[in-house]
Amino acid sequence: MNADLLSSVWQFFCLRGGELSGIVGLSLMVSGSAVIIGAVLGIPLGAFLGLKRFPGRELLLRVIYTLMSLPPVLAGLLVYLLFARTGPLGFLDILFTPPVMVVAQVLLATPIITALSSAAIAAKEKLAMDTARTLGASERQAAWMVIKEARTGILAGIMTGFGRAFGEVGAVMLVGGNVRYQTRVLTTSIVLETRQGNYEFAIALGLILLLLSFVVSSVLLKIDDSKLR
Amino acid sequence: MPEPLFELIDVVKKYDGRTVLRVKNLKLDENKVYAILGPNGAGKSTLLRLLNMLEEPTSGRIIFQGVDINRAGESARLRMRRQMCMVLQNTYLFNTSVYQNVAYGLQLRGVRGAELERKVKEALSFVGLSDFGSRRALKLSGGETQRVALARAVAVRPQVLLLDEPTASLDPDSVALIEKLVRRIHESTGVTVLIITHNLFQAQRLADEAILLYNGEVIEKAPVAQFFTNPQSDITRRFISGTMIY
Repeated sequence: MNADLLSSVWQFFCLRGGELSGIVGLSLMVSGSAVIIGAVLGIPLGAFLGLKRFPGRELLLRVIYTLMSLPPVLAGLLVYLLFARTGPLGFLDILFTPPVMVVAQVLLATPIITALSSAAIAAKEKLAMDTARTLGASERQAAWMVIKEARTGILAGIMTGFGRAFGEVGAVMLVGGNVRYQTRVLTTSIVLETRQGNYEFAIALGLILLLLSFVVSSVLLKIDDSKLR
Repeated sequence: MPEPLFELIDVVKKYDGRTVLRVKNLKLDENKVYAILGPNGAGKSTLLRLLNMLEEPTSGRIIFQGVDINRAGESARLRMRRQMCMVLQNTYLFNTSVYQNVAYGLQLRGVRGAELERKVKEALSFVGLSDFGSRRALKLSGGETQRVALARAVAVRPQVLLLDEPTASLDPDSVALIEKLVRRIHESTGVTVLIITHNLFQAQRLADEAILLYNGEVIEKAPVAQFFTNPQSDITRRFISGTMIY
């Protein structure tokens, strides 16, 4: 990074610091909410798929794995069609608002959290479950122990889900519209600054995005580590 | 004649239609140490898993302390299972501290606070790991892992201790230590021990009686002295002489 770039970045912070904090806050709020909702939906479903064997389980897992690679722009399109004025949920009138951006990111994060939770739990299922039962756990207590034992894998799912939501641009651009002070997030800002030729600003935003991802991952890993004590 | 601790009557266990265990009648008494012997695939682990109610028999009855465990309700089965403890062939310690590993079984039984701490410390001291409470369980050596697994089992003061090859892949010193601990547990608490082993010397050192399983069937059950010096079955003779060809 040369001196010009650093000077541009500093200029960017000085000139648009207020707007930037709004963008960062909205990015964290939208992706954070999406990941929390995705975890609430995905972890129990992942636990169910990891612990139970039933007809159709394999097919369901394959569908979820396929949805892990759902293109963000396609997720955005689906949510757009759902919430457009003529769509089935158009009456809610929330298109181009943060809540609908959350919905789109939930669609992207949930399959990842579900699939990775399911894989982590399935990997621990046999031995951890049996061990808990040999020590006197009921089926429910043993299942809870398996989930606790799989927490590192589940956290990896949450972190990956957050990364997917936080770093995507297609879905939020489509359903949020990149409206200044309302739906502009870090990734859509990067696109905008690049289109306007403000490459230094775009890079600065990218660095902020990476730094925030680093902080969120560190916090989650710290939580995992503290559980070992 | 006292009631046996366990009685198995016409117990059959099948996996995917393949019979892995077929026991016509087997009685196990209280306060004894049994060595379960037999080649790989003989049904030894399956027998222990059935006794610990980790699995259901395909048919037949398993009586524990006079109660048919397959007819008992879920809460009664849980109560019965909590009178036993099993150390699995692939010992698994939970990804937490040694203390938490040992405390788990006690917590399931409602032990809390100072009593919990005392019992965990007692169990760790019993296996010679008094200072290991705060250590990460997954960072222990193989011998230490087995000792924690034993401490975890001993802590809950079970009436039955089921050990599935507890000394497999351990060095001779660790084997000797585990054997010493098993003897001490039995002598101090009177717990009934069923230990699966491929080590015939270990069986002679530890057990009151030996049971030979072969192709899922109980071939012979006898006091160890008789089992090793005067076996009644030709299969037992071939097994202990090392001339059995599977």
